[in-house]
Amino acid sequence: MRITSILLLLLFSVLARPAAAFDADAVRALVFGDGEQQVAAIAALVADGDARGAQVLEALAEGELKTSGKRILIVQGEKAIDAISGAVLSAPHADAEEIIANNRLRRELAGGIAALKLASADRATRLAAAKELSGGAAEAMLPLVRKALDREDDPGIKGMLEMIAAAMEIKSSDREVRIAAIRRLATSSNRDTKTLLLGVLERKDGAWVEADADLRAEAEKSLRVVEGQLAWGERAGLAFAGVSLGSILLLAALGLAITYGLMGVINMAHGELIMIGAYTTYVVQNLFKLHAPGAFDWYLPCAVPASFIMAAVIGMILERGVIRFLYGRPLETLLATWGISLVLIQAVRTLFGAQNVQVENPAWMSGGVEMLTNVVLPYSRIVIIAFVAVVLACMWLLLTRTRLGLFVRGVTQNRAMASCVGVPTGRVDTLAFGLGCGIAGLAGCALSQIGNVGPDLGQSYIVDSFMVVVLGGVGQLAGTVYAALGLGFANKLLESWSGAVLAKIVVLVFIIIFIQKRPQGLFALKGRSVEN
Amino acid sequence: MNRRNFVRAIGLSAAITACFASPFAYAQAKTVKVGIMHSLSGTMAISETVLKDVALMAIDEINAKGGVMGAKIQPVVVDPASNWPLFAEKARQLLSQDKVAVTFGCWTSVSRKSVLPVFEELNGLLFYPVQYEGEELSKNVFYTGAAPNQQAIPAVEYLISKDGGGAKRFVLLGTDYVYPRTTNKILRAFLKSKGIAEKDIDEKYTPFGHADYQTIVADIKKFSAGGKTAVISTINGDSNVPFYKELGNQGLKATNVPVVAFSVGEEELRGVDTKPLVGHLAAWNYFMSVKNPANDEFRKKWAAYAKAKKLPGADKPLTNDPMEATYIGIYMWKQAVEKAKTFDVEKVIPAVGGQTFTAPSGFSVKMDEKNHHLHKPVLIGEVKADGQFNVVWKTKGPIKAQPWSPFIAGNDKKKDAPDGKTKI
Repeated sequence: MRITSILLLLLFSVLARPAAAFDADAVRALVFGDGEQQVAAIAALVADGDARGAQVLEALAEGELKTSGKRILIVQGEKAIDAISGAVLSAPHADAEEIIANNRLRRELAGGIAALKLASADRATRLAAAKELSGGAAEAMLPLVRKALDREDDPGIKGMLEMIAAAMEIKSSDREVRIAAIRRLATSSNRDTKTLLLGVLERKDGAWVEADADLRAEAEKSLRVVEGQLAWGERAGLAFAGVSLGSILLLAALGLAITYGLMGVINMAHGELIMIGAYTTYVVQNLFKLHAPGAFDWYLPCAVPASFIMAAVIGMILERGVIRFLYGRPLETLLATWGISLVLIQAVRTLFGAQNVQVENPAWMSGGVEMLTNVVLPYSRIVIIAFVAVVLACMWLLLTRTRLGLFVRGVTQNRAMASCVGVPTGRVDTLAFGLGCGIAGLAGCALSQIGNVGPDLGQSYIVDSFMVVVLGGVGQLAGTVYAALGLGFANKLLESWSGAVLAKIVVLVFIIIFIQKRPQGLFALKGRSVEN
Repeated sequence: MNRRNFVRAIGLSAAITACFASPFAYAQAKTVKVGIMHSLSGTMAISETVLKDVALMAIDEINAKGGVMGAKIQPVVVDPASNWPLFAEKARQLLSQDKVAVTFGCWTSVSRKSVLPVFEELNGLLFYPVQYEGEELSKNVFYTGAAPNQQAIPAVEYLISKDGGGAKRFVLLGTDYVYPRTTNKILRAFLKSKGIAEKDIDEKYTPFGHADYQTIVADIKKFSAGGKTAVISTINGDSNVPFYKELGNQGLKATNVPVVAFSVGEEELRGVDTKPLVGHLAAWNYFMSVKNPANDEFRKKWAAYAKAKKLPGADKPLTNDPMEATYIGIYMWKQAVEKAKTFDVEKVIPAVGGQTFTAPSGFSVKMDEKNHHLHKPVLIGEVKADGQFNVVWKTKGPIKAQPWSPFIAGNDKKKDAPDGKTKI
């Protein structure tokens, strides 16, 4: 039995050997060697360009390459292939140990596999491979890239390949080739290009590492162009971060703009209503996980109305039960709502535990879109910006175009008169408060996608929310929008300039001074004001 | 009626047994109180709650095998609620009211600094299970976590090495409090000794609970254009979740800019999508993925305990380094008590030095005879797609702790043993 299997193995290897220049020694070095040998083995296997070598490399990248004693196996589910002989083994290999690829090896592997894929007939595969190689390729891949460059007829991929080749040729021994490469790199907007050009301009102990002055001058010129392009990307990234933070501040403050801004209730429990929205999202997520795991990616559209309704209902109960008895007594309202916030926090702690809960992003919200090579806009933040815009539009329509909105504005402007002409002021108060709280719930739903969800979630947003509403001018929706975006931008600008800790302090100091000079906020109501 | 009779009968028979077998009953009733002081609410609850649970598990285990010197351990669990002054109050309560023989507790360095004077004043005994910045030695404290030379320094050495990517520029990113600031001070001095220039080191801090890492990640990207860069993260607590999410979303890959973290383990990554994070690193003295019989047993015991007690997350039981350190600490204390043949703190302290224990990390770890720190192995792991770690580098064996880092000026004159006085 054993003899036959050995014979079979031999037969296989005899059959397999002549078919291609398969470098078995390289595979062994890849598996059993140390870091240096492994890197050399990858280069050797890629240079061979053999299909089975490629299979081994891909197996290592996927974590399918295992060892069982001296044997090297490619294990795919139930199937196992001997990597050296190519024989298919039927016996299960539960004891097989995975070969661990570290960062360095993985980087080499990704480059090697991509270089091999450049020969593919499929355009999309080649494009993906070229993109991968743009992230920095080992010099050993140069011949493969050159070969691919000769064959390539797609202008897009060709352009990318030229850049990749130039990035490698910058270290060439031929001076003319180097200068050409440096000139070509000026059109690149890749971060790694800057690193490469800086390498040419490196100084060691006061002396230039690169002796050739012309070359340095060329590199300097290219570097300036590349840096100019990178700077644009950085500015765009900063602007996006500002809008993103502004949209989050706006969403957190929008509900408060109604309950505090329009109705004048100092609602210290506003943050906790945000937290309830986030926990509702968590519950909806768990329900989807339990009952509809297939549709998990679409739990958010369900969580949005659920968190609105949940927070709105709790808000209305609060208004009916506590707050309506305290209208016109701001100090008592402040104390009562603060007490309520503590009760809500403790209730959530008792129900869900003191630890943070996990709200997972749906798959379509992870990752980002690459705008420039150095700017990636995360989908989650884009979605939130769009969501805020929609919520803002809906709220504006509701307040200016509907009967309820008319009533709300009427009651806040002149309660007695509104009551006289038959507006049920009590009910309008409840609904308006519910609306404000519901929007807080929506904010919680959105925040759960980018931050932590815990019982203390609201505490970190309550100060920011009040800041935005007060800065914008109490009673002004437009003021809230401007204040939120302005604070977002200011915070991000200061952060990139002075660090996160100092930025926060500077913003707070600015607000204190601003409120001293202009207590009515950015936009004050003209004429006889509500506060009479 | 029936039930009352039944209860009476039981009571009577119990009384009779107690009369006849009083010496035996006395031995059964003998207990020793042990304090467990971890934040079960507030910001640190995310990390500390499991330490309380693993301590209770170890105590259950010891009690099931007959306790310590015939005495059952009675745990006294207190919750200092992530409130640093409350730590000191609770410590005082444990020592003077409950008269505990030993306390296992604390996570943040600021909480340890808060209880230290209490333990020294009342001559208590504290086992501290978390990696920390060093610069402290107390007669009343045993440190079962790593000192900087058992975690931070080897990790940075690895990053500089060829296998670790050959980093030439470093971003030191941390939460703004004592541990990250001291560690970064040590690391800065260490990097300088390795020939890294001042302009190639960028130090950044964020407040506790910071959640918006857009600018920071963008800045790291910008910084990395100047040469091969690595990030050393001492971010603590739940800020890590938004940080890693942002890293993943912005596509900062470990193959280009690796992030090595000192306070991120299996538990902290529980809620994060780890697929984009594959290859980022963590340095510890233990990983759940380590393969050896001691760890298999530890993991199995923890899984069974979590399931039996219906702990949150029992469907995916995770172990981590501070849990291992807590577990080691409890057993070392038990061994020391059995060696000293008394619960008296004054006699137990000298007996702890020199104790060994086969740790789940796969090594036999030893408590140093003098400096109150464990000799521990150092492991560096890379994040896998499933949130576990692949060990990519480790020391050959346990290494001795240097609580006084040689990279801080003046430390060479300090004695490697507590002298009875506080040195904060």
